[in-house]
Amino acid sequence: MSTDLVPLAFLMFAVTYPSRAIGLLNPAIDRLPRRALEYLQLVGPAVLAALAAVNVMVATVDGRSVFVVGLPWVSVVACIAIVRWRRSLFLGLIVAVGIAVAGRALGLP
Amino acid sequence: MSLIAFGGAAQFAAVGYVASGLAWPAIGLLTFLLNARHVLYSAALAPWFRGRSVAERALAAHLVTDESFALAIAHFRRLGRFDAIGYWYPAIVTTLIPWNVATFAGVALGDAIVEPSRFGIDVIFPAAMAGLAVGLVSGRRELVAALAGAAIGVAVSLVISPTIGIIAGGVLGPIVGLAVHASGAAPDVQGADLPNLQDVNP
Repeated sequence: MSTDLVPLAFLMFAVTYPSRAIGLLNPAIDRLPRRALEYLQLVGPAVLAALAAVNVMVATVDGRSVFVVGLPWVSVVACIAIVRWRRSLFLGLIVAVGIAVAGRALGLP
Repeated sequence: MSLIAFGGAAQFAAVGYVASGLAWPAIGLLTFLLNARHVLYSAALAPWFRGRSVAERALAAHLVTDESFALAIAHFRRLGRFDAIGYWYPAIVTTLIPWNVATFAGVALGDAIVEPSRFGIDVIFPAAMAGLAVGLVSGRRELVAALAGAAIGVAVSLVISPTIGIIAGGVLGPIVGLAVHASGAAPDVQGADLPNLQDVNP
């Protein structure tokens, strides 16, 4: 097993840790106004939804971002419905993967 | 890398950067941009960590990921206060350890999986992120913030880049959510999810 990329791992730590620590280690966060705290409470749903949507709706082709429609949409919507209905992320993921596997076996993109 | 950087999407991207022969300083810059959304996670977690030691917060920062953030913040909001096990359990037991075990398994067995998409592996990440977002939606403001974050994220991704799109969705989505709050919608959830400072003992 090669260890050539271990320095790269430390470089990645050096560039990822500050963004994770800046909020948690900044004492000014204690003095934020209520409106700012309300804003921060909405960050989670917004970022996670953006991550999911971009992941299934946007693909990079020849260095260009393009809008895509495909089977992952169905998988993700099914997962959302299951989580909303049954309150179980595990079950939602099982169903999402099952739809993807079945769909691709049928030749869907 | 999974232990030192513990970066999830950043690690996936780095593999692509290395494979394409990108210089390390450029990899560092792109990784920083890709991980910039963690500034938002860290800031959102900070009020719940009020009164905790600097050492604990510094260690907690290393374990902030999409998954640990979503699981911990949902737990804190249910309780209305910080709960140490509610952070360390999802961060270490359900995220750090499985991520590293799976990384090792991937290194050892990855070549045997010729086409991961046939097994639906590619839908796990977006489905998990969407499912975790649903778990955080407790009122109209959160729903609007999530929908706006998704729409803005996709739009900006198509115009600029997916990395910038995700950050734009995360930054601007909550502003749209707050606008709904300001118009008087869903008064029952106003302030209901903020940390109960009386329960956060220094």
